[in-house]
This record gives sequence, structure tokens and C-alpha cells, in this order.
Amino acid sequence: MSEHELNEDLLRELAPQVLAAVLRHHGDFGRCEDAVQEALSAAAIEWPRSGLPDYPRGWLITVASRRVIDGIRSDQARRHREEAAAADQPLVSNEDPALAADDTLLLLFLCCHPALSPSAQVALTLRAVGGLTTAAIASAFLVPEATMAQRIVRAKATVKAAGARFEPPEDRDARLGVVLRVLYLVFNEGYTTSSGPDLQRAELTHLAIRLARMLHALVPDDGEVTGLLALMLLTDARRAARTGPDGDLIALWDQDRGAWDEALIAEGTALIEAALLDRPLGPYQLQAAIAAVHGAAAHERDTDWRQVLDLYGLLDGIAPGPMVTLNRVVAVSMVHGPQSALALLATLDDDDRIKDHHRLYAVRGHLLEDAGKLDAARAAYVEAAQRTTSQTERRYLEQRARRLPER
Amino acid sequence: MKFMLLIYNNPAALPAGELEAISQDVDTLIEELQGSGELVGGDGLADSSLAKTVRVRDGAPATTDGPFLEAKEQLAGYLMVDVESLARATEIAARWPDARHGAMEVRAVMSAGADDV
Repeated sequence: MSEHELNEDLLRELAPQVLAAVLRHHGDFGRCEDAVQEALSAAAIEWPRSGLPDYPRGWLITVASRRVIDGIRSDQARRHREEAAAADQPLVSNEDPALAADDTLLLLFLCCHPALSPSAQVALTLRAVGGLTTAAIASAFLVPEATMAQRIVRAKATVKAAGARFEPPEDRDARLGVVLRVLYLVFNEGYTTSSGPDLQRAELTHLAIRLARMLHALVPDDGEVTGLLALMLLTDARRAARTGPDGDLIALWDQDRGAWDEALIAEGTALIEAALLDRPLGPYQLQAAIAAVHGAAAHERDTDWRQVLDLYGLLDGIAPGPMVTLNRVVAVSMVHGPQSALALLATLDDDDRIKDHHRLYAVRGHLLEDAGKLDAARAAYVEAAQRTTSQTERRYLEQRARRLPER
Repeated sequence: MKFMLLIYNNPAALPAGELEAISQDVDTLIEELQGSGELVGGDGLADSSLAKTVRVRDGAPATTDGPFLEAKEQLAGYLMVDVESLARATEIAARWPDARHGAMEVRAVMSAGADDV
């Protein structure tokens, strides 16, 4: 790892701690957040030049605090003096580490405020907690920087207008649920595009895992936090195997399991096994448990599909939804055969939430193919291909259709 | 989710008295979309009489003037938005003034990513 990367990682790690400390002193979220971003970019320039300060966190807090006090605007020359001064007089932090951890959690709650739209929650979390620049976030979400900048400005104004304060929310559990959803959104945004030239976006996966690790360290006793971290690790373990050299999607049952990351599977499995022992079950834990069952099978044929089916049954009980049913259909097919699965699938035909979704047609295509009804299978694949908005999925589905000989 | 909003209108049939109101509506909407961080981009297109239509047949390119369709309504411009839902994209389309005289076509933009299968 280069010195530059070291600095960048350190800055991102320190970003939420610095913001929380500055916020505790000065209160104004919008202004503090801007000041911390400025301190981070000042450090990115200054540290490689004059060396890492003895107390990097104190350095950043000092610079950011002065920015806030100065009303942020100042000329270049003064900025330079401030940085030099900050380096000379490191602000030694003697804060209680437990308090600092609580502060980071409060910051996550603030960024995931329910008054914000999901995309605004994601943008704000990536900037304020993840330490990403607006340019990096914009690039990860493939929108112009001005668009993302405006989204963040608007999000901060919304948080302020909602009267949000830097203190524990009353609806803590509900808010923690929103935080988990935001981290999962970030993970998926990175994971689903982690092939080909979109390396910037793959970075989102790592960032989501890092934030989930941080959250897990803050609230180690929450089963769903543990479940989400385990789910991310177990999913990310399959990353290298899920796409071919040309970026084409490889289905779970066709993947080269030797390319799965065993260390990630072991870590995720250990986490989820511990979480399942003595905690109330939640959807992330069950999804992680399902991913762990797949991870335990060295060959697709070794998969314990009966256990997968049981787990989907439990998931259906606590968090029912058409996507869960659709996944359960696949497990039913592996345990009881395609006919039973097609019968369960038919129950979704009148469900407005999913009846036009490409995945319903894709699953039907697979089941019909297994049942030997090749013409109907081909038609289902073609229909699924027309309905997806993902180029990768469209290519995959078109290939499935082409493989079936036309008669 | 990104959507392309294709703007179709008939330049000959634009009601002259409304032009100012139309451009006012456009300014208001653009300002709102910039403010909310939903606007990705957009442009107006020059008249279709200035267009060239290009076809390559048997390896030989053939270029002709004008649009390839004889339609009163022509593609006049586009907007790219990044919004939470299709419902929000169609709401924006409905508020674009050309929806009242011509038509707006809302098309989802394909992404490179894919869920596991």
C-alpha cells in the first residue's frame, strides 16, 4: 500500500470521529460537515508534504474547528498558516473512547434521518461517515458532481429543517433499521456493478463492509447488525466467481467455487452462527444464514436445499414479500421439483408488486427449462430479457434463451 | 434510477401566445430539479429539418437530409433525471410544458449492474 493510500484510508476512518467531535462542540451539522471536508482535503495536501502529524485526529479536529469558527471562508494564505499552526500545536484528545463511539453512532442516525429520501441518506452517509468526497460519490453513482453536490446540500438543509439534533433519537431501534438499509443499499450499489471498468463502484462494497464493521463494533449485541455484516461478507466472498472474464453474469450454480473467498466465508459464517444462537431472528440474519448454507457447499450438488427452504420459510414468516416468495420458489424447486415450484410461482401472477418484474419471468424460464418445456422456457427468458434494465442481466437472459433450440 | 425523458413536439403547432409561459414553466422545473439534485443533464435539439439520417447498407453509408419519419411531432430535446422511482419520473414528465401540446416519452436507462441469479 502506498503512502497516499495509507493517508486516504486513515482520513476516511477518522472522518466520522472528527465530524462527531466538531459537531459536539459547535452543533451546526451543515457547517461542521463542510468544515470537516475542508480539513480532510487540507490534510490530503499537507500530510504527504510535511509528514503525518503525531495526532492526526487532533490535527483534523483543530483545523475543522477553526474553519467553523472562522465562518469557513478565509483566504489561501491564512489557510496555510492555520495548517502549519495545527501541526505545531496538536490538540491532544482525552475524550472517553466510549463517548467517541457513541458519537459516531449518533452521526449515522443523523445521516439516516427519516425525513430524507433513501438516495439522500446514502449520499450524506458516504460523505459524513464514509469520508468520501462529493466527486467520488458522484462518480460512484454516475451522476455529475454538481448534481450530487446539490443533493448533499439539500439533504443537510432537510436534516436541519426537520429539527434533528445531535443526540440519541427516541425511536432508536427504527432508526438503526434505517441505518442498516442504507448500508445495504451502498453495498448492493457496489456489488451489483463490481465487474468491468466500474472499479470506483466496487469501492462502495468495501466501504459498506467497513461501515458495517464499525457499526458492529459500536453495537455488538444487535443481531441484525451482525446479520447484515455477515450477509455482506458471505455475498462479497462470491464476487470473483459471479462474473466471467468478459463481465458476463455467472449464476450461483455455475460458479467456480474454488474462486470463492474462504476467509470471508469463514468469518461471515462464524458471525451468523453466533448471532443465531441467542438473539431474536431478523431478515438480515436469515439471509446471511442462507448465504452461509450456500457457502458451506463445495459443489452445487452438495447444497443443503432443505435447510435453505426452511430458512426461506422463516423469512417469509417475519418479513413476507414477493421477492422472498420468489426466492422460496427456487428452493422449492430444488427440494420438491419444478412442478411444485411453478404452482407456488403462479400465486405471484396477481401480485402487482412483482407481476411485471423481470426476475419472475427469469425464474419461470428456469423452472420450465427444468420441467422440459423448452418452448415456454425460451419465451419466458425472452420476456425477462425485455423487462430488465440491466445490460448484464439482459445478456445473460438472452444467452439462456439462445441455448434452447428452436423447434 | 435514471430515466431519459424524450420531449416530442410539433414546432408549427406551438401556440405563440403561450411561449413565454412555456419557457417560464421550463425554468421553474429545471430550477427545482437542480435544487433537488435530480437533474443529470439535458439539451434542446435543433429543428429536425437540419438533421441527417445515416444508414449503412451492404457496407455503404447513405446519408439523407431530415428525419427518417414523416411525423408532425419531432424529437425536440431530452432530459436525463436520476430519481427515486418511475412515478417521480412520470410526474416530472407531466409537468414539462410539451406534455400539454406534444408528448413526453419516459425511458428507463439500462445499467451495467446485475443482481445475483
